[in-house]
Amino acid sequence: MLITELKNKDVIQSQLNGKVFILVCHGCKEIHFPEQEADALIAELKDSGIVTGTLITDYICNVENLKLRLQKQAAIADADTVLVLSCGVGVQTVADLFPHKRVCAGCDTYALPGFQGVTPLQHNCKQCGECFLNLTGGICPLTACSKGLVNGQCGGAKNGMCEVDPNMECGWERIQKRLEKIGRLDALKCPVQVRNYATNDK
Amino acid sequence: MRITELFDNGQFVVTAEVGPPKGIHIDHLIDEAKAHLGGITAVNVTDNQSSVMRMGSLPTCVALKNAGLTPILQLTCRDRNRIALQSELLGAAMLGIDNILCLTGDHTTMGDHPGAKPVFDLDSVSLLHTVCQLEKGIDLGGQPLVGEPPKFAKGAVVSPCSDSVDAQLAKMERKVMAGAEYFQTQAVFDSEKFISFMEKAKQFGKPVQLGVIIPKSAGMAKFMNSNVAGVHVPQHMIDALAADKERAKAGITGVEIAAQIIRECRPYCQGVHIMALGWEAKVPELLKLAGI
Repeated sequence: MLITELKNKDVIQSQLNGKVFILVCHGCKEIHFPEQEADALIAELKDSGIVTGTLITDYICNVENLKLRLQKQAAIADADTVLVLSCGVGVQTVADLFPHKRVCAGCDTYALPGFQGVTPLQHNCKQCGECFLNLTGGICPLTACSKGLVNGQCGGAKNGMCEVDPNMECGWERIQKRLEKIGRLDALKCPVQVRNYATNDK
Repeated sequence: MRITELFDNGQFVVTAEVGPPKGIHIDHLIDEAKAHLGGITAVNVTDNQSSVMRMGSLPTCVALKNAGLTPILQLTCRDRNRIALQSELLGAAMLGIDNILCLTGDHTTMGDHPGAKPVFDLDSVSLLHTVCQLEKGIDLGGQPLVGEPPKFAKGAVVSPCSDSVDAQLAKMERKVMAGAEYFQTQAVFDSEKFISFMEKAKQFGKPVQLGVIIPKSAGMAKFMNSNVAGVHVPQHMIDALAADKERAKAGITGVEIAAQIIRECRPYCQGVHIMALGWEAKVPELLKLAGI
């Protein structure tokens, strides 16, 4: 089980740039999604005139399914930012699908005991409760880096590969490249990140 | 003595590195350090280097200090959480150890206890931030320290010949923002790469010590090229080491190579950090040949 909770409104606003397409995942039945808060946020953003379109769907972690659903959503092409309200796997899937767009994680994901849902294997969410994806171009530093580092690359990358697992590309090298692609290298100048392991107690 | 004071005075700072023993006898390490490293500025003491379990860095630092040397405490985030790291820092300050080098640390799977839990509660950047907090008299939990706070010369590392040099520069900037006051680099064998790195790194305004390894053989050079991140020994140096095995074995070729790198890079850096890897006895000769 997992719970998604909307990030603080100011945090979300600070990540939005230009026109915004909102993608909401109602999720699998194993998650709790903050429906009312999300509706209120969407209404507010629509009123401000920056929203090109919205899609409310489920299982956005299933990329083939997501592509089908997006076929009729021409409005996404006009957006500079895709605001994703889903668990961390969903945000990473969307970031992967739109490598040149800014993808904003609107939720934090918390773990609950029990069945974790069925997600494709290419992305992983630790359900850490303090989603870092807005600082890392939609690539999770906890799961893409062997050490789970949140403040940048260690000295252990050889030919772009992780020295812990030579079959795995260095997560922070991927993050660096992606931030460059979406013009967000400024994210690397964010304040020092210190993880909060107490989020698991919520 | 904090080594930052020497950088501030424009001194070319020379440090070397020793690894504590896997055991409780420290006499040999102290004798070697006194004999060969007495003339340099300070001696780094590694913290379970390469994730191989050894005696701790802090007690070894104290033993070196008692022997009249200036130790630098290396502190990694692999084995301790934020509580243990802060506790270690307070202990170091109490024992008069005021030079530190903050590292993330190698992953546990790289060493001799591959089943150990990798901690990485903090990393090099958040550790530097934590040290700055302690220096302000507040711990990372926001609680005040009792009495005068500690004061350290805070060092960090960077890998100038990494093939991810942009990511390294970004990390270096984060370390500076978090409080790093000086840098030691991964071993450099390509002076041009180092010089072009320094062209970009000088914007941060922090002293950088060139990292140097004395290559012992062509085999060692090839091993480092295949296995050690951020290290690349050019083919002509491997050829020089292979050309005369006796000369290489005696350390003559390796010292010549290392001295040449130091001479070429010296105008672009503020010091040199020698990772002798057991060849501490060759450090005085290397420095002489490099003109330091």
